[in-house]
Amino acid sequence: MYKLLLCCRYLRTRWIALASVISVTLGVATMVVVNAVMAGFSHEMQSRIHGILSDLVFESHSLSGFQDPDWHMQEIRRAGGDSIAGMTPTVAVPAMLSFQVRGQWITRQVMFIGIDAATHASVSDFDEFLQHPSNRKQLTFELHEGGYDTGGSIDGVAGPLRPALEDAGWPHRRRRVEQERLWRDKQGGPVRPLDRQVDAVLAATSPARADDEPEATPAGDAPPADPFKAARPQEGHTMDPAREQFTGIVPGIGLASFRDGTGTDRFLVLPGDDVKVTFPTAGTPPKAVSDTFTVVDFYESKMSEYDSNFVFVPIDSLQRLRGMIEPESGVASVNSIQIKLAAGADLDEVRDRLRKAFPPELYAVSSWRDKQGPLLSAVDMEMAVLNILLFLIVAVAGFGILAIFFMIVVEKTRDIGILKAIGAGSSGIAGIFLGYGLALGLVGGGAGLALGLAITWNINRIRQAVEWCTGERVFDPSIYYFFDIPTIIDPFTISWIITGAVGIAVASSVLPAMRAARLHPVEALRHE
Amino acid sequence: MSSLLDARPRGDIARPAAAEPLLSGRGLRKRYRSGSTILEVLRGVDLEVSPGEFVAVVGQSGSGKSTLLHLLGLLDAPDSGSVHLGGRRIDNLPVSARDTIRNREIGMVFQSYHLLPELDAVENVLAPLYVRHGVIEWLRRRAEARRKAVGLLERFGLGGRLHHRPRQLSGGEMQRVAIARALVAGPRLLLADEPTGNLDAESGAGILEALVELNRADGLSIVMVTHDPVVAARADTIVRLSAGCHAAHVSPRVHE
Repeated sequence: MYKLLLCCRYLRTRWIALASVISVTLGVATMVVVNAVMAGFSHEMQSRIHGILSDLVFESHSLSGFQDPDWHMQEIRRAGGDSIAGMTPTVAVPAMLSFQVRGQWITRQVMFIGIDAATHASVSDFDEFLQHPSNRKQLTFELHEGGYDTGGSIDGVAGPLRPALEDAGWPHRRRRVEQERLWRDKQGGPVRPLDRQVDAVLAATSPARADDEPEATPAGDAPPADPFKAARPQEGHTMDPAREQFTGIVPGIGLASFRDGTGTDRFLVLPGDDVKVTFPTAGTPPKAVSDTFTVVDFYESKMSEYDSNFVFVPIDSLQRLRGMIEPESGVASVNSIQIKLAAGADLDEVRDRLRKAFPPELYAVSSWRDKQGPLLSAVDMEMAVLNILLFLIVAVAGFGILAIFFMIVVEKTRDIGILKAIGAGSSGIAGIFLGYGLALGLVGGGAGLALGLAITWNINRIRQAVEWCTGERVFDPSIYYFFDIPTIIDPFTISWIITGAVGIAVASSVLPAMRAARLHPVEALRHE
Repeated sequence: MSSLLDARPRGDIARPAAAEPLLSGRGLRKRYRSGSTILEVLRGVDLEVSPGEFVAVVGQSGSGKSTLLHLLGLLDAPDSGSVHLGGRRIDNLPVSARDTIRNREIGMVFQSYHLLPELDAVENVLAPLYVRHGVIEWLRRRAEARRKAVGLLERFGLGGRLHHRPRQLSGGEMQRVAIARALVAGPRLLLADEPTGNLDAESGAGILEALVELNRADGLSIVMVTHDPVVAARADTIVRLSAGCHAAHVSPRVHE
């Protein structure tokens, strides 16, 4: 009983000891904040990456891919059982994207991905990253009559406005065609290089296109109706660019725009513009072929790695252009199948099951974590290192407690003698100081926790205040992927931090407590 | 008022001479090492305290009076010799058993009061009971213990100072709190080390009267160390220590 009583009394009367736990408080607060922000950051990034990538990717080692995705999907469903929630075939090839800005051709290296618009959104958050509201519901690869989202919103939070997108789509296309016509009239009518090339491509691909069309149904569960038929230029038809479009294409927004010094997005290409893509055919050796596409939307995942690399087209167009459809049987090839797992399915377990079911020489099965392994493990590593460093701060605070406790033991020597004289045992005396250390640790840790949580909950307000005071952007959304600093408070991490801090406080009171316990009662009573 | 101390086994007020001594020290030796010199403080002291006896230990400074009291009170262990309480040898008991004896059977009063500065008067009196009981046990006995402590303080005229901290009390008041603390656990024996040494004559006389009263009315056995012959004269027996040796054993009982 006296241990408890004296601990409480010492806690109330020894302010110097409370000063020593301020460093514990600060250390704990810092750890709480850093862990919350890092966890929030990591979680946001993971969910974003996960939203971009499907759970599992089943792919062939060869760019030419494998035939008959339907059969493969049946096999995957057989091997994966109930864990498979959805699948969609894709064709991904490296390609060059070219577009013209003020008469100058700009070419960029991209990953050209043929997707099945009907099913692709079922395996990832693909749709959410598009700019047109109707495409977010269902991508059609058709140009829209304006209405693109100019908010640049991320997760419902409005970003900087993009006025350039206001009249994107058909209005932009019509105006551009009109300008080109005026320009051509002024120049005396030489045909512009783009148009000439377009004609050449049309001439080269039209016969094959006519043959393939009946079989060119999208793989998977897509409806057989070809949504692009109406928009596709027909054989022998002179295309009117003001009213017709080429095959739709959705490039990553990073390919089509750049961010200037003020943080506004400047667009090089808008929905409605035509671009050219050069990519290898499926044969051996691969030959480069080109085709013209019309930008119908932008893909913006806020992960610059993807936004400046991915370009999406309808899978059947890409299969046809690459020669991935066998002319006799009409069986198409794909080079990967994206798999969505049912909720609660074990990612690695299903992956391993699929790996066993297919010969590894021909197919690779990887999870989204595997694909982003280095990035995710870098974040984890960063978190671990930060935690170690911050914990060292708390450990340093422990030495402060040690020193102050020794002082208190010296100061309290006579009281210790008194307690021993009235029958307190050595373990009881040690208990007072250990309990005192525990109490200080709890007070320091608790205050640190409160401070840390307060900072965490108000971190964006604090950021705004700092930005307002200094006039500088503390958290630049163009560098990070978010407008707000994301935070996640993980009770497990917090209990771990508090336990560690209290443990350090108790551990550093062990030596002074032992010293107090060993004091000889007579000498302690004589102490002045 | 004496009922407050009823828990203590009462010694026989008649004090038969043949009665077994309550406390006895036999051949007590104690030496302290200070650097290279060895200081022989006690060189074989014998002492017996009968139940209900008031023994004064007198002697010059450095004669080993306080050391003797520490040995009797188990604050220190003798180099040789033995201490018996109620016929049982207690100086060689395990540490925890000695702690228990200090807590339950021996009350101690010191020259400089030795109160805990963080606790108020009542809490200081209760300190031995705090030490004795765990939290739960304490919560069950709190009311009773508190009554007892307040009763003791009131008996010593401190009824108006129950919640004063030691530094708000005068020396005489502090010593009376210390005596109340020594009595709260119901000990058989009170050891007092120069209880009047730091006090002015009037306060000192008050303390002395309190001790005499405890001895006479309650039959409490008291061993008191003092260098003041006037104070010592109030005791039943005076033991004179000289240079660590038992020099004289006088029984004045002049006041009876």
